[in-house]
Amino acid sequence: MSRFLKLALLASTMASPLAAEPLGLGRPATPEEVAVWDIDVRPDGLGLPEGSGDVATGDGIYTEKCSACHGVFGEGAGRWPVLAGGQGSLTDARPVKTVGSYWPYLSTVFDYVHRAMPFGDAQSLTDDEVYAITAYLLYLNDEVDEDFVLSSENFTEARLPNEEGFVPDDRMEIEFPAFSKEPCMTDCKPEVEITMRAAVLDVTPEETAAKEAAEKAEAETTEPATEEAASDPTTEEAPAPEEATAEETPVEVAEAPAADPAMIKAGEKAFRKCKSCHQIGAKAKNRVGPVLNGIVDGPAGAVEGFRYSKAMEAAGEEGLVWSHDELSAFLADPKGYMKGTKMSFRGVRKEEDIDALIAYLRDASE
Amino acid sequence: MTEENHNGPSRRAFLTGAGAVAAGTLAGKASAETDPAIAIKPWMQELGDGVDVSPYGMPSPYEEDVKRRTVEWLTADPVSSINFTPIHALDGTITPNGVCFERHHSGVAKVDPAEHRLMINGLVDRELIFTMEDLMRFPRENHVYFLECAANSGMEWRGSQLNGVQFTHGMIHNVEYTGIPLRLLLEEAGVKTEGKWLLAEGADAAAMSRSIPMEKALDDCLVAFKMNGEALRPEQGYPVRLVVPGWEGNMWVKWLRRLEVGDQPWHHREETSKYTDLLDDGTARRFTWEMDAKSVVTSPSPQAPITHGPGPTVLTGLAWSGRGTIPRVDVTIDGGITWHKARMSGPSTPKALHRFYYDFEWDGSPLLVQSRAHDSTGYVQPTKDQLREMRGLNSIYHNNGIQTWAVDADGKAENVEIS
Repeated sequence: MSRFLKLALLASTMASPLAAEPLGLGRPATPEEVAVWDIDVRPDGLGLPEGSGDVATGDGIYTEKCSACHGVFGEGAGRWPVLAGGQGSLTDARPVKTVGSYWPYLSTVFDYVHRAMPFGDAQSLTDDEVYAITAYLLYLNDEVDEDFVLSSENFTEARLPNEEGFVPDDRMEIEFPAFSKEPCMTDCKPEVEITMRAAVLDVTPEETAAKEAAEKAEAETTEPATEEAASDPTTEEAPAPEEATAEETPVEVAEAPAADPAMIKAGEKAFRKCKSCHQIGAKAKNRVGPVLNGIVDGPAGAVEGFRYSKAMEAAGEEGLVWSHDELSAFLADPKGYMKGTKMSFRGVRKEEDIDALIAYLRDASE
Repeated sequence: MTEENHNGPSRRAFLTGAGAVAAGTLAGKASAETDPAIAIKPWMQELGDGVDVSPYGMPSPYEEDVKRRTVEWLTADPVSSINFTPIHALDGTITPNGVCFERHHSGVAKVDPAEHRLMINGLVDRELIFTMEDLMRFPRENHVYFLECAANSGMEWRGSQLNGVQFTHGMIHNVEYTGIPLRLLLEEAGVKTEGKWLLAEGADAAAMSRSIPMEKALDDCLVAFKMNGEALRPEQGYPVRLVVPGWEGNMWVKWLRRLEVGDQPWHHREETSKYTDLLDDGTARRFTWEMDAKSVVTSPSPQAPITHGPGPTVLTGLAWSGRGTIPRVDVTIDGGITWHKARMSGPSTPKALHRFYYDFEWDGSPLLVQSRAHDSTGYVQPTKDQLREMRGLNSIYHNNGIQTWAVDADGKAENVEIS
C-alpha cells in the first residue's frame, strides 16, 4: 500500500465529514452547571421555570423596580423603551413599538426580564416575580384583566396581538432583482438639486459639528423628523410623572341607585390604572393628579390646590365642562385630546371601559 | 488621551509647531521665502524618549482627535449605547483596535479570563465546558472581516441628519481575527441531527442572546480571542467573542459564555423587538442577518474637508458586502450625472472592508460626491430613495443607501440628499 493511501485511510478513520472525532478537549458539563446559565425561554414554553405571578403583585414590583425608566404606565421616561400602548401605530409616521403593539411572543418578555432586568441588577428577580411583571405588562397593554394570574401552566396560551406581524427576510427575492441592474455611468440625469441638508437639523455633536455649515445653511426648515435613535428608537418624549405613588387609599363606594351596579363595579376595576396618580372619595387628596370627586359634569381645571398644566388651566378658563362626551374623548387619548396635558397616561382603549369608568367616577364621588 | 499620560512634546512646543505649520502654509502661498519648517527643530537636536517610556504605544499627540465619538441624544444611557469609529481619519482597510466602535447593552463586562468558561449545551451528544486554556488547543484560523451594526446609518432613514461620516457610517470596523472555527467546537460536543439552531449568549449583564441557524454556524463562524494579533479589547468581548462574517454586528456575541443547540429559534428580545425591520405596511422582516453591499466616501466628508484648494485631489472611501467581495466601486463628483470607476487598492477578501480611491483634478467648483458599490453577487448599492420605496421610513436597520456629500468652493463638506 502506498504511503498516500495509508494516510488517506488513516484520515478517514480519524475524521469522517459527518461526525468528526472529538479532540477530547473540555470537560462534561453537569446538569447543575447547565442550569445556572441555561435560563432561556422559547415561544413554545421550553425553558420556562415552574411558578406563577398575578397582575397586582406585578404592579407592586413594577412600580418599585421598573417605573423609574419605563414610566408608571409603561409609557417610558426620556428615551427609555416604551412598554405599553402603540397598538395600531405600526403604519403611522411614528410607530410606537411596545410589548402590546409589536413584540410577537410573550416568552420574549419573560426571557428578557429574567436575563437582563432590572437594568443594573440583572437576574435578581425570582421566577415568580418575573411571572408577575410579565402578567402586569400584559395588563398594561390591555391584554388581560386585573385579576389575571400568569403561570407555567397557562403561559403558552397567552398570545400577543402582533405575532403574525413578522415576515421572513425576503430581500433576495424582492430587492436583489431591482438592485442588480447595470447602472448608468454617463449623462444619467439632466440636473441635480440638493433636497435636504443635515446642517438644518444641526444635531451633530458640538465638538465636530460642521458649525459653520450650519450657520450658512438656509433657515428654511426641512422636516425635522429625525429624532430616531440608532438602537433604542423611542421617539416620543413622554414626560415622566413627578411622583409615582404606590399608596393605595381605600375607596369608599356609595350606593348609586341610578347606575348599573355591574357597570360601576367594572369601572372600579378600570380605575386601578388611575389610582397610581388619582384619588376619589371622602378622604381623597391631590396626588400626582387631582382629586376626582365631582369630576363628571364638573368644570375642567378647577380642583383647589392642584397645579394644572397651562393647557388644562386655559381649557377651564374657557369653560370646558367634563360632560360624558368630553371626558370620554379625554380618557380615550389624553394627549391627543389636550396637547400639553400633564397626564402621562396613554388612554383607555375600550369604549366600554370608559363608560364604566365614568359611571364609577360619578358613583364614587357621591 | 490626556496631557498626563502621553509623552509627546510640551504644550508650548505643540503651539510653536502648529504656528510654524500655519505660517509655512501662508508663506508658501504668499512668496517663495524659505519655509520656516525648513529649520533645525527641537526634535532634531534634543534626545527623545527612551524605549521603555511607553511600553504600550499610543498614537502621536497630534492625532488625538482621531477617536471614537458618541451621539448623546441617541440613547437613554451611556451604559446601553453606541459610539462610532472615526473612519473619516483612517485609511487602508484595517481598523486599529483602540478606535473600533463600541455597542454595549449593559456596559463592558470585566471578565477575568481565568474565571471565564464557554459552555455548550442542548441538543448535543456531550454537554461541555471549556476553559480559555482548552480553547487555545483547538486548531485556529486567521480571517479579516468587517463588523457592521445593523443600525449603521439608521438615523438617516428620514433624511440627512448627522454631519460626519463617523456618525453616519461609523458603526463599522474591520480587523483580523484569530479564532477557532465554530464548527470544530460543535463537532467536539456532537450536534444531534435535530439541532438546527444555535443560541449564542454573552457573559455581560445583558446576557446578550441571539439565535443563529446551524448552517451558518457550521459555515464560517469563528470563536475568536485575538483581534489584529492581540487579545480582544474588553469592549470587543474579551476574552472571547463570536464572529459571524457578513451578518449584523449584534449577532457577534461578545464575552461569549454559552452556545446552546436547539431545534427552533428562540425569538429573543434582540431578534424580535429590536433588529427587525418594520416595513411600510406595518409588517416587519425578521432574521435580516446579511449586511447588504454598501460604500461611503470617507474623504472629503464633513469631518475631512478639502483644505488644499484646487488641484490634484484624493477622494477615498470604504466599501463592503456581507455576501462577498467588492470588485467595483463607482464614484461621482457631480451628483450622479457622470460616474467613474474608482481605483481599488488593498486586499480584497469576502466580507471584509475594501478601500477605493478616485484621484482627480479639482477645479474648485462645488461638488456632489457619491460612491456606489458593486459586490461579487452582482448587487449594486441602491440610492436611499430606492430603499425607501422598498421599505418605507421606519425600518431603522439595514440602511445601505448611497450617501451624498456636498462640497462647497472652500472644500467644506455637508451631509445632503439630492434629486
